[in-house]
Amino acid sequence: MSAVSLPVHHEAQGDQGMSARQFINAYVFSLDHKIIGLQFLFSTLLWFLVGGLLALGIRWQLAWPWSSMPVIGPMLFSGEGGQISPEFYTTLFTMHATVMIFFVIIPILAGAFGNYLIPLMIGADDMAFPTLNMLSYWFMWPAFICIGLSFLWPPYGAGGGWTSYPPLSAMPEAAPGSAWAQTMWLLGVTCVGISSMLGSVNYMTTIIQMRAPGMTMFRLPMTIWGMFITAILQAFALPVLTAAGFMQLMDRMLGTGFFLPEGLVVNNSAMASGGGQPILWQHLFWFYSHPAVYIMILPAMGMVSDIIACFARKPLFGYKPMVYSISGIAGLGFIVWGHHMFVSGMNPLLGMTFMVSTMMIALPSAVKTFNWLGTIWGGKIQYTTPMLFALSFVSMFIIGGLSGIFMAATPVDIFIHDTYFIVAHFHYVLFAGTAMAVFGAIYFWYPKMFGRMMDETLGKIHFFLTFIFLNGTFYTMHILGAVGFPRRLADPYDYETFKHLLPMNQFMSVCAILMVATQVIFAYNFIRSMFFGTPVGRNPWGANSLEWFAPSPPGHGNFDKQPIVYRGPYEYGSPEVDTENYPQWIPPPSDLKRIQKPGHH
Amino acid sequence: MGRFWSLLFLMVPVFGVGVFVWAMAGWWPMRGHWLPENINAHGGVIDSLFMFILVLTGVIFIGTTLVMFWFMWRYDAAANSDRVAYSHGSHTLEVVWSILPAATLVFIAIYQMNAWADAKMRRPKLADGNLKPPVAEITGRQFEWRIRYAGEDGDVGTADDIQIVNDLHLPVNEEIVLSIKSADVLHSFFLPNMRVKQDVVPGMKQYVWFQPTKMGVYDIVCAELCGWGHYKMRGRLTIESREKFDAWLAQKYGEQNQATFTPPPAQSE
Repeated sequence: MSAVSLPVHHEAQGDQGMSARQFINAYVFSLDHKIIGLQFLFSTLLWFLVGGLLALGIRWQLAWPWSSMPVIGPMLFSGEGGQISPEFYTTLFTMHATVMIFFVIIPILAGAFGNYLIPLMIGADDMAFPTLNMLSYWFMWPAFICIGLSFLWPPYGAGGGWTSYPPLSAMPEAAPGSAWAQTMWLLGVTCVGISSMLGSVNYMTTIIQMRAPGMTMFRLPMTIWGMFITAILQAFALPVLTAAGFMQLMDRMLGTGFFLPEGLVVNNSAMASGGGQPILWQHLFWFYSHPAVYIMILPAMGMVSDIIACFARKPLFGYKPMVYSISGIAGLGFIVWGHHMFVSGMNPLLGMTFMVSTMMIALPSAVKTFNWLGTIWGGKIQYTTPMLFALSFVSMFIIGGLSGIFMAATPVDIFIHDTYFIVAHFHYVLFAGTAMAVFGAIYFWYPKMFGRMMDETLGKIHFFLTFIFLNGTFYTMHILGAVGFPRRLADPYDYETFKHLLPMNQFMSVCAILMVATQVIFAYNFIRSMFFGTPVGRNPWGANSLEWFAPSPPGHGNFDKQPIVYRGPYEYGSPEVDTENYPQWIPPPSDLKRIQKPGHH
Repeated sequence: MGRFWSLLFLMVPVFGVGVFVWAMAGWWPMRGHWLPENINAHGGVIDSLFMFILVLTGVIFIGTTLVMFWFMWRYDAAANSDRVAYSHGSHTLEVVWSILPAATLVFIAIYQMNAWADAKMRRPKLADGNLKPPVAEITGRQFEWRIRYAGEDGDVGTADDIQIVNDLHLPVNEEIVLSIKSADVLHSFFLPNMRVKQDVVPGMKQYVWFQPTKMGVYDIVCAELCGWGHYKMRGRLTIESREKFDAWLAQKYGEQNQATFTPPPAQSE
């Protein structure tokens, strides 16, 4: 933790600043968790833009089917007058999901915020394994390159859906996007898996081993609990996906036939291999990807808990129940994967057990929601930009959580499975939930990362518009789902049942375009504030956790004084002190009469 | 500004409920933006479960979002001069709001098991207690539904089968069993109006059953991504009277048998 290059200038030659080598060590192949966190942050924000534009491609086709797609259409399909091909449509939704899940949400939560915040919030000078940490970022690059390469030749990306169900994905003959683009996809996702795995062992070790004196497990901020449980989920679930990915690669390249049954004739070419079972892939895939759903939300829940307590100026309601519900979600998360497969051909009896476990996983989510509401009860709420995003997370998570119950009910799922109802559900959880939490977290920790505030007015405009347009885009999807509108169709209006849904789709697409356009405000604010934002001190929000004890931005080694932890991170409005907040690092007052016995948790 | 933001969050339940009510009522511009007509005698149970869950979650949704609005309004720092409630939680509340949802969720889970078993596990039986045989076999294939009815021998899978593409005819008011399978990749046999959906998996033979109650022409949708032409894998389902169905089947059988190959007469000079 000490044999790392220092991003400081005392070794640099006079006024020439750093040498190229020092610069590379400090900012490119850096071992410092903060630099690695920021590398993750910048990379994932760029991919967020790519994923958003891919989504607009989908929305364009659904609103104005077969009309010239702006920019992309004339570029790739000039022969067809800019009209995209149906196989390109399959690429659009496959790559939208792939980019958003594997290159944005998972790495921005665990990679960017996990890296940046874990050592700071537990009072450590860096991660337990800095080199491993650096590798976890640099393993993202082969993934970026693989996915980038898959975009280069027609049909411009893999087209088997982000779930890559065989036989469609396992046989190059099955679809244009199942040729080498699918191989690149599998390799890319495997590299993301390696990166996540390197990160997760590091996070677990760091959180267990490197906490500052006095930082007991039950004094950890919820963000760290979220990251900790996420790391455990990743460590146990990822090997399964990696193995499944290699099995599919072998099916494709060596003819092993793990997922291909006997006697398959696809696109007029007979498969030599057989003896496999397509549903096996679905079990393996969802054994990882269902826990991954929680990987994509638990850290967000943690960050939201911290932000809400800070701006309600009140202790987090039910700290231990919150910790237990996160753990409960993680535990149950391993035995609910079959709810993605109710109509897949899996034994219906198995569907019943998965239905019961799935119903039960709604319980810890409900407990968390009630505790967030309990936290703002009786507080003094400050409506800052991070708080607005955090509150919107709670509000939107209520919608996303409740809509999940429809799908968990197996008979109802028969009808709404693979319709826009499920699309509405996971966008409420992942965009309206996690992405809003991530925005909140960026506004909240930005002053720590860059020593300057982001503009609050622009932040609130960004929040307001995003909030309106996201509901315009995604809430209406529930209605489409109720009609049975299927997902992944390039032109659903050919069906009598769905013909009349075009105007609503156009409304949604307009909202989606405006929502993406709104993010320009965010990008402007993010970049501008780095240079022209108001400089701040260590603790601009008056928060309690340890990262606010470090300078803004923290130097190498994070803390200029050894932090010692005296209490939990949510002591706001404590009667022991006269200030609103009572940070973890402040020693108790000498007047012992003011010290109350620890309250009832 | 706290007032403004509270009201913005109040819009969540207002519009949230409003959009659903509007769609259910079918007012302009959302005509027909709700569950499509159910024409399956066993489909009603799915619709009523959907409505039951909608009402239940709707009540929770309205309750929690209104509470959230009220707290945001009442405890706005700009308007609230009280001291912050220094509370770390309440054991009683935690127990209450764990047990109540748990009981509700377990109730939903058990309540619907029968509907699930009826839809996926209890295939209709004949009078003699044997499982009812399928009236037709449907094979999903990139990008069409191939349909085989039994010919004169009464068995599906023999040489005299009646073979049809994308045009499924079925008699009304009878318990229908179909066998479904796939020739190449995954597809999903989706009949929106019957509330029937089942993925078809290569290497597996599965059955779906339903009882049409209304004559008309409906859609067969492919609901599982099957390649570039997924969107156009559309079949047509015609529900008609038994007489018309028999006549149609006989006619198709005749057409097929007439189609035996007769070599053209030799060309004379």
